[in-house]
Amino acid sequence: MKALQDEIRELVPLYADRRSAVLPALHLAQHAHGGWLPEAALEEVAEALDVTPAYCLSIASFYDMLNLEPVGRTVVEVCTNISCAINGAQQVLEAFEEELGVRAGETSEDGEVTLGTIECAGGCGWATVIAVNHRQRVGVQPDDVRAIVEELRGGE
Amino acid sequence: MASNGREIVFAGTDGGAVTTLDDYVARGGFKQLKKARKLAPQEVTEQVTQADLRGRGGAAFPTGRKWSFLPSKEQVPKPHYLVVNADESEPGSFKDREIMERVPFRFLEGCLIAAHAIEATHVYVYIRGEYDRPFEVLRDALEQMHAENGLLGGVTIVLHRGAGAYICGEETALLESLEGERGQPRTKPPFPAIAGLYASPTAVNNVESIATVVPILELGAAEYAEIGVENSTGTRVFSLSGTVVNGGNYELESGTTLRHLIYELGGGIPNGRQLKAICPGGLSAPLLSGDQVDTGLDIPSLTAAGSAIGSAGVIVLDDRCCIVEYALRASRFYEHESCGKCTPCRVGTRWLSQLLQALEDGRGTHADLDLLLDVCDRVNGKCLCPLGDSDALVVASCFEKFGDEFRAHVEQGGCPFPDSPLDDVLAPVVMHERHRMHRELEVVA
Repeated sequence: MKALQDEIRELVPLYADRRSAVLPALHLAQHAHGGWLPEAALEEVAEALDVTPAYCLSIASFYDMLNLEPVGRTVVEVCTNISCAINGAQQVLEAFEEELGVRAGETSEDGEVTLGTIECAGGCGWATVIAVNHRQRVGVQPDDVRAIVEELRGGE
Repeated sequence: MASNGREIVFAGTDGGAVTTLDDYVARGGFKQLKKARKLAPQEVTEQVTQADLRGRGGAAFPTGRKWSFLPSKEQVPKPHYLVVNADESEPGSFKDREIMERVPFRFLEGCLIAAHAIEATHVYVYIRGEYDRPFEVLRDALEQMHAENGLLGGVTIVLHRGAGAYICGEETALLESLEGERGQPRTKPPFPAIAGLYASPTAVNNVESIATVVPILELGAAEYAEIGVENSTGTRVFSLSGTVVNGGNYELESGTTLRHLIYELGGGIPNGRQLKAICPGGLSAPLLSGDQVDTGLDIPSLTAAGSAIGSAGVIVLDDRCCIVEYALRASRFYEHESCGKCTPCRVGTRWLSQLLQALEDGRGTHADLDLLLDVCDRVNGKCLCPLGDSDALVVASCFEKFGDEFRAHVEQGGCPFPDSPLDDVLAPVVMHERHRMHRELEVVA
């Protein structure tokens, strides 16, 4: 993981304190480790930035986008905050549960897909907002879900 | 989305985006930066003060005054920092994303002008982690600016991505996060102007505030102050969502009525439904009832109406919506996003969720209604930052405006609105609990 650590060290000069690089470094490490942060990832970040792995864990555990458990190769997240909920986000979520065969908050047994809900994604006027592997899509209706799932499966 | 109002922030876009440097310069871009750099920093701040620019992030603090609080370099020989709050996470608000996507160079020009005004050589743009596209647009725009000699003028602009925490929109939590800590608010004072990022003098400003600095210099403070209404000058980018035909962002002069936004521009309420309630300034703004639709969208009018302009996110609720469910979904949001640092917020937000859930489930009593208001009272004003206060204010405003609905939940033994679209919505905080329950069952089996 030399490449990852080099990339992390390049962040340090952007800040007056190297700890500022912890959050961007955790993003990079998560990306390099298949979407989550195993202990090894925290240790790599810690070593590159000269902080302790426990420090990295304390930061990672605070933020929703950093995962401390494995996630599927594809992560689908549905915003269920008020504006999306009013426009049928719960139905979109249930359609995903049905099409993917997993319940919200779970990863499929084959480790392919994780389904979850998120708080306001910042696209309220174009409900429902979903994110597939952290890429947002807006205006999703329950009827769109089948095609989205087929597209995700086709892309494997 | 195109706007039918007077465009200042989005001027020159013709409903599209200006994402190449050449295009922006051809439309007069970076002229104001050149002008500003010929002025003394205090003169730039003075113009922003005269224009009476109020912060667009939620607190509506005068931007020029905020800048004037920074000590001079002679008084405090430390670097000065400009930190831009692009952590837009207020439910109902999605204006900053569109500003960054459509006028990235106006925003970045504003950053450089503001940096000049506060004598900063480093600008940190803290952008929420979920905003993939706005981040990429800004990154591309910055790359183009790097290739243009002298444009940055020795200023370093760093795009720093958040990682999913609403609380990081609070300025001191944002600074903690930017320093590599957990995003938990600091006690104030000291305020960021005195001891902000790395304990140095720091101005923290919202994206729209910064983007608005450019047209203020272009029009001149006096002309800008003529737009809008007194104590709420200029335009605002209003985010419209909920049960409305045409959701999206609309840049309008301050003082435009909710009615104009919702019915003329937004196309009204779909399917012949009636307007029931309006949240005028992002979720944390207290709820207005439908009969307040003629209220002006400006700071004095919304304050007088018992709410706030906040981050200008207007959420429309039609007559199917159950207000107890609205309060419950709001409360679950605050419960999930509470950073846990101070007790009234950490515990109070959960109490509010549980009491509201009991009402929904038909387990609520009249004593629970008293308790609900009591909890609101014990949270509001007793937290380090406005997160807990917001939950208390939203719930209390729902009860104040729609108390009969709360009582009906008790008297009828459950929710009297079977068609409410907010019924039984799976919030992240509920999902966590459901997931935990599921696991425990697995262990038992």
